[in-house]
Amino acid sequence: MESTVLTASKFGAYFGKNHVLKNINLDIYKNKITAIMGPSGCGKTTFIRCINRLHELTPGATVEGNLFLHDEDIYKMYPIILRKKAGMVFQRPNPFPSMSIYENVIAGYTLNGIKLKKQEKDELVQESLEDAALWNEVKDTLHKKGTFLSGGQQQRLCIARAIAMKPEILLLDEATSALDPISTASIEELLLELKKNYTIIIVTHNMQQAARVSDKTAFFYLGELIEYDETKNIFTNPKNPKTQNYITGRFG
Amino acid sequence: MKGQGITFRRIKDVFVKGLIILMAGCSVVPLVAILYYVFKQGIEAINWDFFTQLPKPVGEVGGGIANAIVGSLLIIFFAAAMAIPFGISIGVYLSEHGETKLAYFTRLVVDALQGIPSIVIGIVIYIWVVKPMGHFSAFSGSIALGIMMIPIIARSTEETLKLIPFSLKEASLALGVPYYKTMMKVIIPSGLSGILSGIILSIARITGETAPLLFTAFGNPFFNFDIQHPIHTMLTPMSSMPLIIFNYATSPYDDWHRLAWGTAFLLLVFVLMLNIITKIATRKWKVQF
Ligand SMILES: Nc1ncnc2c1ncn2[C@@H]1O[C@H](COP(=O)(O)OP(=O)(O)OP(=O)(O)O)[C@@H](O)[C@H]1O
Ligand SMILES: [Mg+2]
Repeated sequence: MESTVLTASKFGAYFGKNHVLKNINLDIYKNKITAIMGPSGCGKTTFIRCINRLHELTPGATVEGNLFLHDEDIYKMYPIILRKKAGMVFQRPNPFPSMSIYENVIAGYTLNGIKLKKQEKDELVQESLEDAALWNEVKDTLHKKGTFLSGGQQQRLCIARAIAMKPEILLLDEATSALDPISTASIEELLLELKKNYTIIIVTHNMQQAARVSDKTAFFYLGELIEYDETKNIFTNPKNPKTQNYITGRFG
Repeated sequence: MKGQGITFRRIKDVFVKGLIILMAGCSVVPLVAILYYVFKQGIEAINWDFFTQLPKPVGEVGGGIANAIVGSLLIIFFAAAMAIPFGISIGVYLSEHGETKLAYFTRLVVDALQGIPSIVIGIVIYIWVVKPMGHFSAFSGSIALGIMMIPIIARSTEETLKLIPFSLKEASLALGVPYYKTMMKVIIPSGLSGILSGIILSIARITGETAPLLFTAFGNPFFNFDIQHPIHTMLTPMSSMPLIIFNYATSPYDDWHRLAWGTAFLLLVFVLMLNIITKIATRKWKVQF
């Protein structure tokens, strides 16, 4: 039996009165890549922002039901502890502009006031950048500002920053949508590599991408979870006609 | 018909362009004239004694304004030390909670404060600080100038922080960084160049202020800075450059006029330098998003 990392149970979310996620029930499995697909506005971003509780930063945003990380109720945890366990990579790369590449990678430690020895830092930076497939490109310019990198490199830097925290789950929101095919391919390769150590959720509009990298796929439509299954079943033999329509390009 | 229209429009173009250049040129003239005049009058007064000597009693030639230079620097230093924390806090509050009623009201107050004539601030501080203390003091001068600095720092901080993308804050929060550390270590450092230039501009703005100091720091012909008791020094009346200009320029003595011009020149150079530093600071610490 696969072990679950994250469980959603009757989970829902609101923006004010607007009910954008309804009755979501699903299990996310350890060391698997789970893709979340669905037409624009169906609540994909909202769902993963609920997992690390960024959702509640929006004034008037609320949730219902439960989300569990292992057996802990996410909405009973302290956000600052939860967020260290649930790393996120955003749609647009957002390295810290006042920091160098090196400082960006260990930002999760320095900003949280976690003291590391010089050697520990060096190792962590190299390891995270290697994991993010960026080390070879930046190893000689570690002390330059992260914002001088190309978009794709910046995104990999953000991935390095997230995995340096050794999160239990990694959330990627359309992390490759602003990137060229080469950067996209290298990030996809990276994800396949990373799933050995991490549990990953990706939001993507790119069906080929979902098919290439994910093990499980969840299809959302108008705030509801329509279908959730092995990726190959979703793409070859979807049970719900809405899923079928979506993957054959009939809407969305 | 069509061709004529185009010719006419081109003439209009040239005319408007010429007019703009002419007007711009005209506005530069008085500025250059003032700079030139102050420079010409002031440069004669500048020598070693000017920087190192105290003012001489009436009738004696020579002397300098050492006490006023140090006095100005001290008063400005303490004013900035008081105004910067307030100014930045207000700016952060306005950019973070800009939509609330209290923020709206604060913004109104800050804008109004910026518009209050400096002499009014001087009188108010006279009543609130000088009278209860029983004597003039450099410290009360710092308070008056500090109050004038706050709105400038607050608004420039607010404007700077508003330009910082929300995604940056999210990036920090998503790493589990608490809100206050996110503000202190990510958001404010990212806006550092704007905040710094606001601070320097506010200093440039109050450096030449005379009216508030007349009622507060008052002036002092002696060198009363005691490095071992800086706080105590601040509680006594103190000279400053704008006060020297005011007192000496209105006196009947030629030698004092000379010193007043020298001080005006020095003040001008100081403010000009602050402006240049602001430009450099903005460029140097500019953060690329
Ligand atoms: N900050 C917000 N305030 C109010 N409503 C919002 C906000 N953000 C999103 N919504 C609403 O919530 C719903 C779900 O949005 P969400 O961003 O989760 O969609 P999505 O599936 O990520 O779409 P996309 O594929 O375009 O990124 C949408 O109907 C949207 O209008
Ligand atoms: Mg989205």
